[in-house]
Amino acid sequence: MAKLTIEDLKRIKEEVRSTTVLREGGFRAKINIHMGTCGIAAGARKLMSVVLKEIEEKKINDVMVTTSGCAGLCSREPMATVEILGNPPVKYCDLNEERMKEIFAQHVLKGEIVEAYALARGSETTY
Amino acid sequence: MEDLSLHILDIVENAISAKAKKIDILVMEQPKEDRLVIEINDNGVGMDKEVSRKATDPFFTTRSSRKVGLGLSLMAQAAQEAGGRLLIESEVGKGTKVTATFQYHHIDRKPLGSMLETMTTLLLGNSDLDISYIHQKEEKSYVLKSLMLRERFKSQSPTGPEVIQWLRKHLKEGLARIGVQG
Repeated sequence: MAKLTIEDLKRIKEEVRSTTVLREGGFRAKINIHMGTCGIAAGARKLMSVVLKEIEEKKINDVMVTTSGCAGLCSREPMATVEILGNPPVKYCDLNEERMKEIFAQHVLKGEIVEAYALARGSETTY
Repeated sequence: MEDLSLHILDIVENAISAKAKKIDILVMEQPKEDRLVIEINDNGVGMDKEVSRKATDPFFTTRSSRKVGLGLSLMAQAAQEAGGRLLIESEVGKGTKVTATFQYHHIDRKPLGSMLETMTTLLLGNSDLDISYIHQKEEKSYVLKSLMLRERFKSQSPTGPEVIQWLRKHLKEGLARIGVQG
């Protein structure tokens, strides 16, 4: 095995930091919008705009928004993952602007999973 | 993809997947010369000759999860349909530059769409990256850099309400000033 270099350590630090950012950054929730080619073509950017608008209008400071690539389930796009601190992330699929608004109000703000649109609970894997 | 701003979002997401830390987006609108140029330059892992040659082939992808890769092929198609072309220059370890040209007034050229939505999505969804966006229309130009956001909102959440509000306003007014619809 090759020796660990400073670059390797930096990379590991970055990786670990990204997983602990929710806890340490003072965020209560994280919304991840899937932005692969499939997601974008299906309307993922509209979901992003809806989420940003809600945050702006309701003046919310403890929600983090990120984007990721294709999760390998292109036919169910647009998709988003919602993670509330201390709980497993929930993946939502077949979304549109109205559903995203509903999820924001129910899950992100109140912590209640919207089961009608939920696909699965569990961690994120992207390809 | 309905418009070119969605293609731009898609290609930049490619760059992000290629571990780019610095991404430059240039949109040049030259209606008088009947030309529209979109350039996306990243410092990601890059591709070797073989891969960059195949990158616009829809049945080629570097992913193992499935056998199609549509992002660059769709953009190449959009350019070709509008009398232009897509050029990929890439070097392993250095990064990739994607240039798409279009005939500005070509009847089949897709509209540019909302650069406001594309840029807010990119900047707010990737607050750790250095993204710069330059939009030129004839002699006028508009510049936005993620550094501007970081300096202005140092201690705040990268997707806090003030940040979103400021960014949307900056884009809307800036683009309107150069005659581009946000």
